[in-house]
Amino acid sequence: MIHSAAAVAFVALSSAGVAMFPRSILIFLVFQSSVVFVYLARIPTWLRLSLLATALGVLMPAIGTYNGYYLEVATQVGIFVALALGLNIVVGLAGLLDLGYVAFFAVGAYSWAIFGSPHGNILFGSTAFPLPAWWFYPFLVFGLAVAAATGVVLGLPVLRLRGDYLAIVTLGFGEVIRVLANNLDKPINVTNGPKGITPIARPPLPADMSYAIGFYFLVLLIVLVVILVNRRLEDSHIGRAWEAMREDQLAAQAMGIPLVRAKLLAFACGASFAGVMGVVFAAKQIFINPESFTFLESIGVLAMVILGGMGSIPGAIIGATVVTVLNLQVLKGLSLWLNELKNAGVTVLGYNLANLPTQLEPAKYERMIFGIILVLMMIFRPQGIFPARRRQRELGK
Amino acid sequence: MNGLFAARGITKRFGGLTALQNVTFGVDAGIASIIGPNGAGKTTLFNVFTGLYVPDEGEVAFKGQPLVGLRPDEITALGVCRTFQNIRLFANMTAAENVLVGMHARVRLGVRDVLVRSSSFRDVEGGLWRRAGELLDRVGLRAKANEVARNLPYGDQRRLELARALASDPALLLLDEPTAGMTQGEAVTLMTLLRRLVGELGIAIILIEHNMRVVMEVSDRVAVLDHGEKIAEGPPRDVQANPRVVEAYLGRRAAARAGS
Repeated sequence: MIHSAAAVAFVALSSAGVAMFPRSILIFLVFQSSVVFVYLARIPTWLRLSLLATALGVLMPAIGTYNGYYLEVATQVGIFVALALGLNIVVGLAGLLDLGYVAFFAVGAYSWAIFGSPHGNILFGSTAFPLPAWWFYPFLVFGLAVAAATGVVLGLPVLRLRGDYLAIVTLGFGEVIRVLANNLDKPINVTNGPKGITPIARPPLPADMSYAIGFYFLVLLIVLVVILVNRRLEDSHIGRAWEAMREDQLAAQAMGIPLVRAKLLAFACGASFAGVMGVVFAAKQIFINPESFTFLESIGVLAMVILGGMGSIPGAIIGATVVTVLNLQVLKGLSLWLNELKNAGVTVLGYNLANLPTQLEPAKYERMIFGIILVLMMIFRPQGIFPARRRQRELGK
Repeated sequence: MNGLFAARGITKRFGGLTALQNVTFGVDAGIASIIGPNGAGKTTLFNVFTGLYVPDEGEVAFKGQPLVGLRPDEITALGVCRTFQNIRLFANMTAAENVLVGMHARVRLGVRDVLVRSSSFRDVEGGLWRRAGELLDRVGLRAKANEVARNLPYGDQRRLELARALASDPALLLLDEPTAGMTQGEAVTLMTLLRRLVGELGIAIILIEHNMRVVMEVSDRVAVLDHGEKIAEGPPRDVQANPRVVEAYLGRRAAARAGS
């Protein structure tokens, strides 16, 4: 009871706070943590669902009208939640360390970018492109299928590999996709190389809806589907087979699990989520180039999965939220603040910050602080923020 | 020749080492044991039976179907399941989940059923959990169904491995030293359980065992391996008296002393 009241009050107060101080990052953080609180608190399911629906379906878009950047942050969080959930299947459940996951994201993004922009004319020598904007929606499925197929293609040669070897091959695969995207502007111009592809068509939206709100809801919808699919897979013989494979591959096979099929399915499922989000990403950004799909992005998504807790759906969601918000808001805000101090010439312990050498620019601390947080997490909470809990279940008589 | 399970002329070499030399072994019903000193090739033989190793020579047949060349999961699906000498449970999964994984080969559902939660999915999944309860009951672990396998005491882990193997609905069960690390009392209880399984489920069991007292009491037939060769086979009493067996276990001089 007290939890329920606290959850309602938390959401209401924090959203009112954002409405009053639309430019305060701190208060927006409080609002974000209220959503996380609702997600984790011990409250009745109906209350949880209705609070989440209110917060994400009504309050968040409303906040977006005060400060558009917040909606952008929320959309990015959604994209990364889907990516983290996809990678969680491969790494967390099936135990296959994939260091090139962003390649599938790239495959999805380029599949819409090529057909949804005038670039398709160069590739196919016609004037049919860009495809009419409504094709975006079928392409969500097409991007999913292409990414899943790519997952199988990657899976086939690496089926016999485990652990470190698998990690190296997937790392290489991720780089191959990026280098291909970078260099396939000749002899046939498929990806337009480092210049990237633009303008990419955006989907038609219901009347009067702004693109920011439209993409927010689209991402939210996809994330909900991804969570549902994830939960159903996990709580089935397929999910159990993946986990068994992670625990002991040889015993899993001896218990009748066909390793080849189980692994390919894991790769395909993980890849398909990234593929869908790739299509959305391409349309949202209008412009994509290989820079968006670097090794660092793969590592970033992996960090979300590990930080949240491997093999745990809430863990992947919270890991993705924390890391994205940390990168987009907290660390950015911190370095902006430090920069202001420096420009104002504030003295700390008798040292004028304006004299800081350029090597110590506050902006350069962002990655360092992020790294320190990761290291501390791994030392003090190696199982992650929200580790996988075993399902307790009554056995039927 | 044996109709249920028959291995003929199995030879397996690892580089210059011959681990198994022309071993023939089979079982129709009941409990057949394989004994022998350490390094005699008993576990290697199991690995050949279950598809982990491909023998250099010889053939294995289960219900008339050749097994050599099949993958371990295919062999399990046919109805041959095993346990491991060093327990290999899925350590971070619960006891019930371990048993459920054992049923994998019997689940006839596609990805679509799982995603749309079709009525057949709910029926099958409910049936699996019920059956897991029964199997855990059988080995006396129902109360620990929701405990993570790695937290179970050693004896429980052994019995859980047995339940997991039974979950695949085997016609032939291969048990690799199931009483290792157990007290004599626990071992006797387990053997009583095995006898009951043979009687109630009509399955056949091949047992690798070190505990002689247990072997001689429970087995219908015993085969003895030494240096990769089968040196004796027959009812427990005959094998016990076989001078080559005594020699393999105690050494030539001790055997001579025992004989004189």
